[in-house]
Formats: sequence, structure tokens, C-alpha cells
Amino acid sequence: MDTIVDTLKAKFPYVAPRATGDHPAVNVPAANLLEFARQLRDDHGYSMLLDLCGVDWDKETPRFGVVYQFYHAAKKTYLMVATLATDDANPAVPSLAALYPAADWHEREAYDMLGIRFTGHPNLTRILMWEGYPYYPLRKDFPLAGIETELPAADTAAATNAKVIAAPMMGGPFNAATDDQHHMSDAEPRAADQSWTEDKPKPGQRG
Amino acid sequence: MPTSTEISLGDVGARGAAYAEELPGEHMTLNVGPSHPTTHGVLRLLLELDGDRIIKCEPVIGYLHRGDEKIAENMTYNQFVPYTDRLDYLAPLANNVAYALAVEKLAKLEIPPRCQAIRVICCELARISSHLLGLGVFGMDAGAWTIFMYCFTQREKLYSLFEELTGARFTTSYTRIGGVARDMPEGWLGRVNKFCHEVIPVVDEIDKLLTRNKIFIQRTEGVGVITKEDALAYGITGANLRASGFEADLRKDNPYCGYENYDFEVPIGTRGDCYDRYLVRIEELRQSVRIVRQAIEKMPDGPWYAEGAKKIFAPPKGKILSSMEELIQNFMIVTEGPQMPPGEVYFEAENPKGALGFYIFSKGGGVPYRLHIKGPSFVSLGILPKMLPGHLLTDTTVILGSLDFVLGECDR
Repeated sequence: MDTIVDTLKAKFPYVAPRATGDHPAVNVPAANLLEFARQLRDDHGYSMLLDLCGVDWDKETPRFGVVYQFYHAAKKTYLMVATLATDDANPAVPSLAALYPAADWHEREAYDMLGIRFTGHPNLTRILMWEGYPYYPLRKDFPLAGIETELPAADTAAATNAKVIAAPMMGGPFNAATDDQHHMSDAEPRAADQSWTEDKPKPGQRG
Repeated sequence: MPTSTEISLGDVGARGAAYAEELPGEHMTLNVGPSHPTTHGVLRLLLELDGDRIIKCEPVIGYLHRGDEKIAENMTYNQFVPYTDRLDYLAPLANNVAYALAVEKLAKLEIPPRCQAIRVICCELARISSHLLGLGVFGMDAGAWTIFMYCFTQREKLYSLFEELTGARFTTSYTRIGGVARDMPEGWLGRVNKFCHEVIPVVDEIDKLLTRNKIFIQRTEGVGVITKEDALAYGITGANLRASGFEADLRKDNPYCGYENYDFEVPIGTRGDCYDRYLVRIEELRQSVRIVRQAIEKMPDGPWYAEGAKKIFAPPKGKILSSMEELIQNFMIVTEGPQMPPGEVYFEAENPKGALGFYIFSKGGGVPYRLHIKGPSFVSLGILPKMLPGHLLTDTTVILGSLDFVLGECDR
């Protein structure tokens, strides 16, 4: 099944097999990604980039990574490629937008949601949130309720004093504690994000 | 006696060229949307126009962003099912099935044949429903209003069938990880069969009204061409890719839900213009009906959920109320979620709008560590900056209608 992984491993010394994937999957260092993707497209026939998404690995170092899903349109097979951004403070990965135009919007989304920069991207701006939004909402340290921020339309905000407020999370969504620190008796339905309850102040308003 | 005077105009072209810098009019920036009938949702297009011709297009999306991926990371696998209804809200059943299949792939769970057949019927009815709407609004965008009415009459019948099966007309939330919420009601298959008989004459009628309609052909033929190479490079999937002449259908290429056991054909286009996208969809309607009929005919008996998956699918209500073990099992699944092994999957299903993909990274337990949704509409809209320039402003309507996108899935 993993013949493509073996082929790639033999050809590129820096490629490492990725054990967790359900499809043939490899890990590639960010520095080699562009060259790797070019050969993947030109020599190995992976003509489609179906998807890419950023992942916040939280307490691991490096903290941020990107997972790509390539598709061999003729053989109808998938290939998962994962890479890690070395710098945690300012994560950056080379952009594949020049090779696969499909990467353009997906990379903008990953930047928007996780703050991963794609070097060489022609127009790396926010895509789902508005330009000027100060946070990266899919990072693990961003609270589920959201953080109070200014409205994107300054004139409306000035006229109405309206703000983007954090969602009232009281009591939901429910799911039991899943880590080892909690006893079975703690496994009552609880909000996974309890950063805002009656006892604790709203996120973004601490101190 | 009339005299004639020779007037020399000189070389008009040369004089024009001398003033070329001043002659062209200013470019105009036109804002379409985010709330505009032709954008089918909250899509905004920033168009730069030279007269009536588009020279630049910048789509602005995100108006319907609800943070589905963040929400998914904070709830159990079953709790996320209702959120999948709201991705492609024109085909919620197909989203439910795609999501359940992705999680079941993570759990390496075998689904019994009856459940698979029910899901196939769900997917194909959702495709019929979505394509009927897609064709209806496409016709409307091109000025053929009648089609819309014909399509909606049929969709209404589908909604009644969905309501009977799932309890809801739009937000079906029908699947559970490891099965479906409940078995089909008594006599439901007969009513689905009746619908199949009724919808085919309507498809034929739409076909007669549009396929050789001169106005419709003139508005759509050669407009909004996506070449095969472009479609692949931009990652376009589904009917839009097939219309560009590339044979790709996940139901054939990477079959799931037992699609390999059904006999159907995959229509493909030749030129990739709006007219081809219309033709592909109308043929897919017929093929979907064909699949539904086969599924009804071959509907297997047996369980409609994975009985062996004690930590994933909650036991039947009667057993929960009468047996201690099942009660505990149900409590664990409700509070901690279906227990998944650690792992990583990327699963795509052939949805009406294209390939809907789920990337799930699990560290074990009942909550995904990372869940990413690849909405086919997000990808279809990504080609607009490349495709629209060169077209007339009036073509935008037709092109958007032919792409058949939905913003719920694009913005997530």
C-alpha cells in the first residue's frame, strides 16, 4: 500500500513516513516543502491539491504545522503531507500558491485562523475574519466564547457603541472531561470552555 | 452646378493612437453583494469594470463564518452532527453521511449493509434536492423563471420525505457515529419510489424547456469556461470538474457506502462552460434516481447500526431503560462521546456541490483534537478571480448560477 511512501523516501532523504495517516502520509521539513511539492506535481502526477489546513499542536514544539492533502487525479489516490513551522513566535511555511493555485485561498484561511505565514503568497490577507481582526481564533489558547473586540465598521461602532462581544457560554457545549487529571466523578456534563462563568470574568476583560 | 469639396479625414487610427492615453474611460469599481439575489447567499464581489467588461474580480467571503472548526474541537463527535447540517444547507443529509463516514473511518468501524443502503438513499435524495434547487435558480438567473417553480414543487415532496425519515425538513441531523438515528418508517421506501416516478417526468420537462432553448443556450454556451487543466489546478471537484471533461466521481473512484454495488453512469462535459455544467447536473438527477431505485429494490434486512461498537453507538432506548450495562454504555457515550482511537484521517465524499472533505486528528477519546472541513464551494469560488475577467457584467449572474455553490459550506 505504501509504495509511494517508499519511493518518496528513497528519492528525497528528508522525507519521513508519517505513522498516523490513513492514506499514504509523509512528513516533510518546511525548508524542503516547495521543492518537494514541485516534484510531486511534475514527476509523480499529484496534479491536485485538495486541501490544506493549519494545526496548532499546542504544547508541542514546534507548535504549528500544516497538513496538505494531495490527489493523484489519474490514479485516484491520496497523499497526505505534513510539515512543521519551526518558529513558534512567528510561524512560517513556504507558500504553494505558485504551484497549485488551489493553495491560494486555503493558505489565506490557515493564516487567518492560526496565524501561520506562507512566505511567497501573493496576497496573504484574512479571508473569513475581517481585515484588522486582532486574534487567531483557531489557536488552542483562544477561548471558545471569543474575545470582546471592536466592530470592523468604525462609523457604526462610534454611532452605536456596539462591540463584538464574547458569546454567552454558560453551561455549554457539554462534554465530559477527557484528560487524565479528572476523576470519573468529575465526568459530569460540563462546558469544555469555562473561561467565562458567573465566578470568572469574561475573556478579554481580565484584570 | 454642384461643386464638390474634398474633405480629408486623414488617418483616423493614427490620430486615435495619439490620444490613446486620454481616450479610454475610467475603470469603475462595482460592489455586488453581500446581499444580492444573484450571489445566492452572502457572497460579495468587488468587480473592476471597463465599460461592461469585467477586468478584475475579488470575491469577499466570510460573512457566514460561524467557527465550525473551533466548535468541533470543543464537543463530542455526535454533538457535531447538527453542525454538519448547516454546511451545505441545501443537502444536509449528504453532509451528515459524509461526516459520519469520516469519523467511522477513524474508528475503523464496519457499517452493516442496511445502514449503508439507507445512507445511499439519503445521499442521492439530497443530491436530487440540491440539483433541483441548483437548476431552478440557474434557470432563474438566466431568465427562465418557470423552471424554479417546477423544481420547488418536487423539492417540497422531498422535504416531506425527509421530515418523515428524520423529523425535520431542513436540519436533518440523521446520522450518528456508527449508524443512523432511527430505522426508516413503515412504508417510507414505497413513498420514495413514488417520488422517483414523479420526478423523472419533471426532469424531462425541464430538459425540454431548457436544453434546446435558444435564449438559454445563447446565454450559457461558451460563457464561464473552466478548462480541464484549470479545474485540476484550482482543485475543483464534483459536477463542476466533470463538466470540464474530467472523469472524476468519488462514488466510482474511491467507493464508500457500497456505491460499487450500484449501476450508474457518470456524465461528463466537453467544454466546461455554463451550458455543460447544466447538462451534467440534469443527467446526474436521472442517475441519482436510478441509484435510489436500485437501493430500494435491494434494501437488505438486518441491523441499521453497528451492533458491535459498544463504545460508539448508543444502544436502543428499550435496553437502556431495562438493563444496567446498556444504561452505563449510554451514559458514557452521551457524556464522554463515542470513544475514538488516536489517529488521523482525511475523508472525502461526493456531495452534490463537489467533494466534501473532513480532516480529523484524534488523540483518542470523544472529542477531536483538530477537525477541518474542506467545503467544495470554497474551492469553486476560488477560481472566480481567474475566470470572471473578460466576461460581461451580465454574465456574472449566469456564471455564479452555474457554479452551484452555497455559502454555508464556503464560510463554515
